[in-house]
Amino acid sequence: MNYKSFCNLLKESGFDFFTGVPCSILGKSILFLSRNKEFQYIPATTESEAIGLASGAYMAGRRPVVLMQNSGLGVSINALTSLVLLYKIPLFLVITWRGYGGNDAPEHLLMGKWMLDFLKVMNIPVMILSKDSNKNQIVNFAKKQKNQGITTALILKKGVIE
Amino acid sequence: MNRYEAIETIINCLTDEFVIACNGFISRELFNIKDRPQNFYMLGSMGLASSIGLGISSVKTDKKVIILSGDGNMLMSFGTFVTIGKISPRNLVQIVLDNECHESTGGQETSSSIVDFTKIAKSTNFKQSKFVDNLSTLQKVFTFLLKEEGPSFLHVKINKGTKDLPRISIEPPEILNRFMETLHLNQ
Repeated sequence: MNYKSFCNLLKESGFDFFTGVPCSILGKSILFLSRNKEFQYIPATTESEAIGLASGAYMAGRRPVVLMQNSGLGVSINALTSLVLLYKIPLFLVITWRGYGGNDAPEHLLMGKWMLDFLKVMNIPVMILSKDSNKNQIVNFAKKQKNQGITTALILKKGVIE
Repeated sequence: MNRYEAIETIINCLTDEFVIACNGFISRELFNIKDRPQNFYMLGSMGLASSIGLGISSVKTDKKVIILSGDGNMLMSFGTFVTIGKISPRNLVQIVLDNECHESTGGQETSSSIVDFTKIAKSTNFKQSKFVDNLSTLQKVFTFLLKEEGPSFLHVKINKGTKDLPRISIEPPEILNRFMETLHLNQ
């Protein structure tokens, strides 16, 4: 999927506040979000700061998206357990999957191996986007997140968004 | 001045402003001094009071948002000075109650004694940046900051010391719900 289509799809799905920390897998998407004012992308200094920002934006009436690399999931775990899940704040996480299949730089291998387990023990539903995924699957996943009022994570492998 | 007196002075200057109180004794003391639906008590997520407050103030630009952090919270999220400065919300007031220690966990010292927070705030694009170390000046300066265009920063030097107070008795989702209901009134 093209990065512009992906960002516009998020907007069309009702998301109206974007923050996060970049990953090369999301490189073009985050450049696009930050250069187009209608997305209101705020660059965060850490992924946990992004979770704090998104939680505040939710309180103020927005539907926020937090974009990050899976390394940032490690940084975010306390923000997720002791803020987002504790207070029941519904966020839409977009997490890239570095280290997928054990084929990546060494620093990504362990998080790549355990990322889904971390999300599973936190009870955060995931949808893994693949090259064959279509737009409707993202739209439906976003609908489910809204209807259930929960935090969910969309997982992106390398090459899915180009 | 101790933290209890400082929080009491701050809260008595407020009418309908929104307060994000960081985890630990700051939330607990605020709850016991004056519980109000405009208070958001952070129980965990240490370091995130500033980013939660920034998220709210960047969207609800017509509501005043006061962030009450301790020195431990502020040092943990130093980067948020920069994010606040970049977004520069006019309606945000960041307060640091600085007793140079992590009092909630037994008084272990932080390294805040070497930090000039007001210089940090000035260099990260805060419009106002003030320091106070006594109650009468705190009241005067905070009242001034409430009227000024922000983002504003206030460094409050306080003594160590706490009272034996009950914990916050409201469930976290209820803290959130009543805060949001009040925030969305009169739209």
